[in-house]
Amino acid sequence: MAKHVLLIEDEANIIEAIRFLLSREGWEVGTHSDGATAVQAVREARPDLLVLDYMLPGKSGMDILKELRADPDFSKMPILMLTARGQSRDRDEAERAGVSRFMTKPFSNTEVLTAVRDLVQLAR
Amino acid sequence: MAREALAGTRIRERRIMTGLKQADLARNLGISASYLNLIEHNRRRIGGKLLLDIASALGVDPSVLTEGAEAALIAALREAAAGQGMTAPEAERADEFAGRFPGWAEAMAAAHRRIGRLERTVETLSDRLAYDPNLAASVHEVLSTAASIRATASILAEDPDLSLEWRGRFHANLDTDSQRLADSSKALVGFLDTETGEAASGLSVQEEVEAFLAANNYRFDGLEADGANVADLLAAAPELTTDGARRVARTVLRRIAADRIALPDAALRDAVAAHRTDPIAIANACAVPVACAMRRLALLEAQDLGLVVADRSGSLTFRKAVSGFAIPRHGATCPLWPVFEAQARPGAALRTRVEMLSRGRAVFDCYAIADVVGPVTPNMAPLTEATMLIVPVASDEGAPGVEPVPLGPSCRICPRSRCPGRREPSILSEGF
Repeated sequence: MAKHVLLIEDEANIIEAIRFLLSREGWEVGTHSDGATAVQAVREARPDLLVLDYMLPGKSGMDILKELRADPDFSKMPILMLTARGQSRDRDEAERAGVSRFMTKPFSNTEVLTAVRDLVQLAR
Repeated sequence: MAREALAGTRIRERRIMTGLKQADLARNLGISASYLNLIEHNRRRIGGKLLLDIASALGVDPSVLTEGAEAALIAALREAAAGQGMTAPEAERADEFAGRFPGWAEAMAAAHRRIGRLERTVETLSDRLAYDPNLAASVHEVLSTAASIRATASILAEDPDLSLEWRGRFHANLDTDSQRLADSSKALVGFLDTETGEAASGLSVQEEVEAFLAANNYRFDGLEADGANVADLLAAAPELTTDGARRVARTVLRRIAADRIALPDAALRDAVAAHRTDPIAIANACAVPVACAMRRLALLEAQDLGLVVADRSGSLTFRKAVSGFAIPRHGATCPLWPVFEAQARPGAALRTRVEMLSRGRAVFDCYAIADVVGPVTPNMAPLTEATMLIVPVASDEGAPGVEPVPLGPSCRICPRSRCPGRREPSILSEGF
């Protein structure tokens, strides 16, 4: 059965590119663009992997990450965070909050695919 | 060492520069070489005819030998010494240093001035990078668009078997993203190119209003007493590009007009003649609110005074800078500013002598008062607005026994390491 990834991102063209990439790799890709309802979307979709943008409308990726990690059901879920904010303090905060991988924009497709494969491998 | 005692040193420097031997100069002057040697080592006072003869022999004006280097040069050296935390006895030898090594002294003073300019640039840029929401949004836009283009272009380049439908979609995405990147890059460059303090559209509402006020030198002589022509003034202001900025500027102009009615120019002139720049005394003499007197003083052309107004959240809603008292454009200011102390004691007029620690040290008298604004509601703390007038204190004006309170512009650009109000490390102490 195909693994399920949920992509929470508000840039339409990034969504399309990542969805294409991961679908071609055999992933079943769901998408969501609203930060305010993102946690609920994760709870409903229960994906194998979450790709989470840092800056989202309604609620930041950091707040979503913290909320999910506080929930025992999602404390171990692999989460790849994408961000245009490359400052070390943001990375440190994300790591303290329990992010699995932190990737700064602009990233390469190879970096995304490698990160996704690594995270799934680790989660097994 | 006293300045007059340094004439000998300067004589020696000048003699060496002109290539004259001590014995030859002494012979020309009709004195012994050993006596000239004592003069050159500042062990004999020099003046009168002998000084004139020496100056003539060395081909310089006597004042060059007696008056020392330029006062500005010595002041710059002393400032540089203070900035480096040099001990007083050492710093007091700036005069001697300038006299003995005028070229090196000039170079050091120039380097000190250049460091000051660079620090101002770093402060401005750091301030912008750290706190400016417009810049953060611009950078985010550029990076997000670049990410999209990179991902899409890679798919197109690396997958020769891509269906025509997908190829068409990705090409369309590239087209829209490249246009978006061009626009956002242009906006970002335009933003970064804006000179500090210069009017520019695309700035925040407050920055546009400040640019408008500065462009008018904070004077609105054409403003009618009842503020009836405010709309005309706003319509003619190129600095105000948004409705929000025009709305805020309208409030500022109406307040200026109201203040002029409360404290007319003639009464203000008389009050300043009697009480100088003391807003508390002027307010009492003219029966106007202290904040009104502060605003009137701050906008007087003849006075170089600063003014800040803060709301109850601590946000600065009005800024008029004064030389030496750095007011951050973005982010939180130093919590030790008297304007915030005033917020805690509405109605109490404060006068605090402060020392601003930024580039060098400058002393100011800060007058601050907080007034209740808006309606009073039972069982609710009222909204307050605090006003602070910043009056430079000349170096010879210091009152004995008054130790100024050290404070900074904001934590990021404040050199005071042990401060109870510090929120974050200073970039000035981290190798900038």
